[in-house]
Amino acid sequence: MAVSPFRTKQFMIPFCVGWFVWIAMQQLALYQMGLNWFEALTDSLVTNTLLIYVSLLLFTILRFYVPRSSSLLNLFFWISILTAGWFFAGRFILGLFYNETSHYVVATKNTWPIRIAIGFLINGCICLVGYAYFNWQERTETEKQKTEAEQLSKEAELYKLRQQLQPHFLFNSLNSINALIGTRPAEARQMVQQLSDFLRSTLKKEEQQWVKLEDEMQTLQLYLAIEKVRFGHRLHTQLEMDADALQLQLPALLLQPLVENAIKFGLYDTTEESHIHLKATARAGQLLIAVENPYDPSTSAAQKGTGFGLSSVQRRLFLMFGRNDLLKTETNGTTFNTQLFIPQPSVSDL
Amino acid sequence: MSYNVLIIDDEPLARSMVTEYLQAHPQFTIAEECNNGFEGVKAVQQHNPDLIFLDIQMPKITGFEMLELLEEPPAVIFTTAFDEYAVQAFEKNAVDYLLKPFSQQRFDKAISKWLEQEKPATVSHEPLLKDAAKHPLQAERIVVKTGNKISIIPLQDIHYLEAADDYVKIVTAAGSFLKKQTMSFFEGSLDAARFVRTHRSFIVQVKEITRIDPYEKENHIALLRSGEKIPVSRGGYPKLKAMLGL
Repeated sequence: MAVSPFRTKQFMIPFCVGWFVWIAMQQLALYQMGLNWFEALTDSLVTNTLLIYVSLLLFTILRFYVPRSSSLLNLFFWISILTAGWFFAGRFILGLFYNETSHYVVATKNTWPIRIAIGFLINGCICLVGYAYFNWQERTETEKQKTEAEQLSKEAELYKLRQQLQPHFLFNSLNSINALIGTRPAEARQMVQQLSDFLRSTLKKEEQQWVKLEDEMQTLQLYLAIEKVRFGHRLHTQLEMDADALQLQLPALLLQPLVENAIKFGLYDTTEESHIHLKATARAGQLLIAVENPYDPSTSAAQKGTGFGLSSVQRRLFLMFGRNDLLKTETNGTTFNTQLFIPQPSVSDL
Repeated sequence: MSYNVLIIDDEPLARSMVTEYLQAHPQFTIAEECNNGFEGVKAVQQHNPDLIFLDIQMPKITGFEMLELLEEPPAVIFTTAFDEYAVQAFEKNAVDYLLKPFSQQRFDKAISKWLEQEKPATVSHEPLLKDAAKHPLQAERIVVKTGNKISIIPLQDIHYLEAADDYVKIVTAAGSFLKKQTMSFFEGSLDAARFVRTHRSFIVQVKEITRIDPYEKENHIALLRSGEKIPVSRGGYPKLKAMLGL
């Protein structure tokens, strides 16, 4: 919400001084018209105190609601109403001090039309100042939010790039290809193809926000095929997908870090056979992906950066959906379970 | 002259690459190929090789940790794909290393470099391992070998370390372990924000300390949560005080 300008000295001092001068001037003008000092002071104080109230009211309204330029007419309407109210209230209060036939009432009778006009002008000016002030404040606020959002998306972009490069994976794959060239050239060719397709698909996805699970699974299968060449007999994968789940959507490059995490703990850090199980189901309009991998509690507990890939997934989910309950992990002896829930986007998000 | 070698790498194709390149050097015999550091430790004891080809990132324990476990480590040519930390450790300590994928020429160069080197009776990898201790895969743990059993101790479980002749005794809630290492090695490699050397023979995990009492002349005693009492020397006391913010 906008900050009231009354909090700042730069505004408060001219505001007070201005009114003080104005009250004095009105008093002087009335005195010159033939009122005595006391009558002039009472009149000036009563009418201008009411006017100050009106201006504060205008500021308060503008603080909570800055009208768009198309509804500036509303503002004109408010000013008219408030000026009229101010006029009747002033007349009423001064009527308590002076009766119909007093010197004061008779002497000021003809001043009211011009005072209404001046009151309207003053309210108009105040309104303009307030409008400009709050409009400016709102604009700086929006600007700040925009910069922050841009900063965040830039960071996400950079992180994604780093994730995609995965130099360790890339160089080891190239090393495997190098080894295959000598003995099994056909397999080397196949792996070059798989590696290229995998890299291309991760690069392509950068632009799209949402992808079909079916497309994401293709990339994943390439990735797992490459890992199978690297680790041979040791890696076994089982992918189970419901037909309806395949048609559901998920944010791009979200499944990859999940499976990479499973590979990191389930394959890179085990010496035995590694079974990695992925199951995708459609549940109440949501996409549920469950990944199961073996892990060794003794080494992974002592390993720095445990689950770093998962925490980035968690953060992305929070940025996208504002929820922290979409990723769940659970350890069961030497098995690690990860569950990912993806609420489906409405058509307008796609 | 014929040499015995081991190839230790968790990727079969990476091992076959080394095997293939070695065919150009008939004086080398491959005694065994190992899938991981555990197999590596056993194979080194069994074959007593002249040279090993060793990968860094392997399951459970890294190549560096495997070397730490060896009583008499052989000469090593490291093979690694991409590893900033490891490369930093190599560069300072001048051990030859091959970055995967490497060519036959580069491999031959490493071999001739090793052949031309004077062969010392025992190989010391200490400076290298000291730097490697900061490797992110192993910075939070210490690997020890008791008989044939290899244990991985998370740093957070350690109460204190105590010098014991050629060994260092690592005391945890789960018992104590001996590791053939020097106190100065641990003083240099452990996180200085968490471990402090209070005495010539003691390094303490600061979070375990509950109280410090005066003891004789200018010495002190640190009382640990577990009830263990650790001597604090005149030199160690100011260090400890500074760390606790006293």
